[in-house]
Amino acid sequence: MELLQRFAAGDLDAFEALFRQHQKEVYAWVVRIVRDRGIAEDLTVETFWRIYRARARFNPEGNFQGWARRIATNAALDHLRSARQETELPEDLPGRPEPDPAVRRETREHIQGAFHQLPAKYRLVATLALIEDEPYNKIAEATGLSAGLVKIRVFRAVRMLRKSLSSLGAPLGANK
Amino acid sequence: MNEQNDKEIRDLLKRSIAPITDTELRRDLWPDMLKKLSQQPVRVPWFDWALAAILSALLFVFPGTIPALLYHL
Repeated sequence: MELLQRFAAGDLDAFEALFRQHQKEVYAWVVRIVRDRGIAEDLTVETFWRIYRARARFNPEGNFQGWARRIATNAALDHLRSARQETELPEDLPGRPEPDPAVRRETREHIQGAFHQLPAKYRLVATLALIEDEPYNKIAEATGLSAGLVKIRVFRAVRMLRKSLSSLGAPLGANK
Repeated sequence: MNEQNDKEIRDLLKRSIAPITDTELRRDLWPDMLKKLSQQPVRVPWFDWALAAILSALLFVFPGTIPALLYHL
């Protein structure tokens, strides 16, 4: 029996094989959304936990990787929703490149703060599209939205940021 | 003007929040997964909950049955 069929039938060894095969990809996707290594590890486990519970609904003919990414995106979105009030953008992620030093610190703090205040569903697509440069169709596939709706959400996120920065009195032109 | 501002905000965002470059998983998460699987909460079937609710309601409406119930336990 094929691995995916055995997994769908509830075989734990098949699940372990799939876990080991896909944990890196799931982690790499989630860490770019939540931007914290520890949280991304927890969410990777949470993603596979959801996958394991939903195994009976998985079509063994289908695309496991795409399915896993979609579940991971939902898990990350749930995290962004629940953690919105208490977490700050982590600064201590090893290997994370520094922001452009040409951008004034005050402006950078304004924009990071405003970005953190975005509703989770907008922050998710804006992170993937604007910071991580993921194509709209890949984001659409991962979120279960149409590419058009992803584009609209990114557009709205930018508008919200602009409004938020204007209300803070952050001069947009004074970034150098 | 708005479009120009939007473009500027997109640029600012990219320069203020750098993309994650190190996305490598440093350790195997399977032991954590096994731990989570073993901690699976005991699921009480819905009809057990329904039975408990009916019994509680009966005891609430007919409190006189409580001593009889205790006697038979």
